[in-house]
Amino acid sequence: MNTSTEVLLSVLVLAGAVFTFIGSLSLVRFKDFYTRLHGPTKASTLGVGCLLIASSVFFSITGTGLSLHEILVTLFLFITAPISAHLLAKVALHLGLHSIAPLPADVAAPLPSPTPVPHP
Amino acid sequence: MLTAALALAFALVAAAFALSFFRLLKGPSAADRILALDTLYINAIALLVLLGIKLASPLYFEAALLIALMGFVGTVALSKFLLRGDIIE
Repeated sequence: MNTSTEVLLSVLVLAGAVFTFIGSLSLVRFKDFYTRLHGPTKASTLGVGCLLIASSVFFSITGTGLSLHEILVTLFLFITAPISAHLLAKVALHLGLHSIAPLPADVAAPLPSPTPVPHP
Repeated sequence: MLTAALALAFALVAAAFALSFFRLLKGPSAADRILALDTLYINAIALLVLLGIKLASPLYFEAALLIALMGFVGTVALSKFLLRGDIIE
């Protein structure tokens, strides 16, 4: 393995690990469920994607011939990540979890108090 | 150089495990815990891929693929249970 491939592999491995870490960090740092849902999807696509590209390059160089079965894992994660995120969002709506986002102006404005109807 | 990068990557993924596990224990709602489990299996895939590079063994991909399949099925089953009260209707 020459120096340039080693640099490429190191960069890919570090990028993947950093994205995985950021995905989990967002799980702790964000304030409500709907923002938390956003973080780990980056970990599953960018983080694991970079790591799988790195391992594909590594085994293509060191092993015998082109190594492509990492693409299976990548493809499967890319297909399933939106589905599970969609289901989790539906679960959150079903459980009635509150968002920290403010309500839209027309909903948040208090209704005008009805004028009392005089009793006949 | 690759050895140092791999060591740092292992440390980062281990920290990611710890952070997701914190959300799994704390998470105020059930949806947060399912999300933490989802993140944990993705972290496990990352760890297995790193281990495969470090040990130069292609065996770990089968395990990573299996975890990807089973983790997705687990997430969908838990979500369906919370949504419908039943998994297979």
